[in-house]
Amino acid sequence: MNHGTKIPAIQVRQLTMAYGDFVIQRELSFDVGRGDIFIIMGASGCGKSTLLKHLVGLNAPAAGEIFFDNVRFTPENSAGYDRILRSFGVLFQSGALWSSMTLAENIMLAMDQYTLFTRQEKMERASFKLGLVGLAGYEGYYPAQISGGMRKRAGLARAMALDPQILFCDEPSAGLDPLSARRIDDLILELRESLGTTFVVVTHELASIFAIGSNSIFLGPVGQTAIAHGDPTTLRDTSRDSRVKEFLFRGEKS
Amino acid sequence: MKDPAKTSSFEIRQEENRAELRISGSWVADSERSAPGEIFALLTKTAAVSELRITATELQESDMSLPTFVFALHRLCQQDNISLRFDELPEAATRLLGMALAVPEQEGVRRESDESSVLSRIGSDAIAVGRGWHATLEFIGGCCLALGRMAVGRAQFRGSDLWTVVQECGARALPIVSLIGFLMGLILAFVSAMQLKMFGAEIYVANLVGIGIVRVLGAVMTGIVMAGRTGASFAAELGTMQVNEEIDALETLGISPIDFLVLPRLVGLTLMMPLLCAYANFVGLLGGLVVGMSVLDLPARLYINQSMEVLDLTQVAIGLCTSIVFGVLIAMAGCLQGMLCGRSSAAVGTATNTAVVHSITCIVVATAIITVICSVLGI
Repeated sequence: MNHGTKIPAIQVRQLTMAYGDFVIQRELSFDVGRGDIFIIMGASGCGKSTLLKHLVGLNAPAAGEIFFDNVRFTPENSAGYDRILRSFGVLFQSGALWSSMTLAENIMLAMDQYTLFTRQEKMERASFKLGLVGLAGYEGYYPAQISGGMRKRAGLARAMALDPQILFCDEPSAGLDPLSARRIDDLILELRESLGTTFVVVTHELASIFAIGSNSIFLGPVGQTAIAHGDPTTLRDTSRDSRVKEFLFRGEKS
Repeated sequence: MKDPAKTSSFEIRQEENRAELRISGSWVADSERSAPGEIFALLTKTAAVSELRITATELQESDMSLPTFVFALHRLCQQDNISLRFDELPEAATRLLGMALAVPEQEGVRRESDESSVLSRIGSDAIAVGRGWHATLEFIGGCCLALGRMAVGRAQFRGSDLWTVVQECGARALPIVSLIGFLMGLILAFVSAMQLKMFGAEIYVANLVGIGIVRVLGAVMTGIVMAGRTGASFAAELGTMQVNEEIDALETLGISPIDFLVLPRLVGLTLMMPLLCAYANFVGLLGGLVVGMSVLDLPARLYINQSMEVLDLTQVAIGLCTSIVFGVLIAMAGCLQGMLCGRSSAAVGTATNTAVVHSITCIVVATAIITVICSVLGI
């Protein structure tokens, strides 16, 4: 599904994020290329999840602009806004599954709204998505009946419901056992490979960062701006910034 | 409990601008110890100090209280630009302190307590009230737009959700509405019977109960029951969804939470309220009849005839229309509080509480307004 264009999937220009007067990060500018697995990293509390919330439109920027495919992402541009919303999926940090619906219903809701599949077809698609995240057979379970790690994986399955072009994942492998975490990484790589999906991933699992990341942004402390951009492996090997190096080497001397 | 056998003491030595704090005895949780603030005040009282050293050569025992104490002292010293050395303390305490101080406090992170002046509190409350009204109007506007979308069949909501709401606030509400309605009729009849008996006008109990229940009380009692039952549950449901980011998840799908969550509740309750009210009216009249037959020995036929005579369609229609208004108010108040809910468990409690208080207030105010309008119109 490569569009064959050089236009980045997402462009962020001079984005400043703030809660009231409290500035989280200022003047962030970066591009997420099509088919990239873009990692947002930085110390805890520096605004990684907040950046993700801005990218998916849940928080309004204090200043700056975000473009998807060269179309400005803002509620004022209502036709474009809805189309963009439909082009991506979001995995929330806590899963954020709709607790009054079963896992299958959670995944099928987006299809109910936006597709004309038959019920049978929707059910099959939901089962397949659950199978992809290692939850085959859990269609009829409610979110409260499964564990936190399973909820996160079900959240990923829901985010994939409409086969989005872009997937935003807030800590997809945090709280998972090593094998499940590895499966998620493999799934992300596979989706990019086979469908050309672009990923924006907030994570601080180093193993995962190096295994899947093809580009990244490293956020500085609260109130400041990004310290570094680029392929995480290259950053680790060539960055001169001590904070980036320490982070990527887990504080151990290189 | 403090253990009197365990004592701690300290001694301050000062040479020019250097001070030494010697601590000794037991620095454990259950020993009597001086607060860091007191010691710091003693230290800085006499002369300006720029360097402080803590030593513990005669320390008998210590636990986490010692590094806790030094950490607090460190903060005080930092404010006054005094350098603090604690490397002569027991090794474990020094290491723990090293870890606690490894990540220095970021500037601007600390929040001072909320004890602000009266004026600033009045100001921030006024701003909050303004914001609250803004959010309320925005919500009402959003609901109107959503109703418009529903009218042309373009609202994003599932029929199954509407039916769940209809079942929840329709059929499942019948037992409590029956009980309250029946007792209201009973009480009203009983109280009026006592008075009317004195004039030998017992038969007018039927008039009083009939008009009272059908025109006002049936609707008001149903409204209050539904505010406590359904309005509260709307607020709690939506509030919990807000806490779990479930509403965010809807928004990122491009589904309007007002369409998907508020609309079925608003429509469902508004449809069910007049039905519940009609039912409550019937049960209420039944309650009156029971008193009429048992206490006043009126023949059932006579009582029913008398009721039918005073109850024309206008009375019934006023009651039912009132209940439709209540349905809208309760659903709006409940859903609004749920949607505005904060992100904590306490916020869900507040939202539920506010929803019930607002719905009941709205019910009473609306009743007053409707009564005035009816009397002006002469119906």
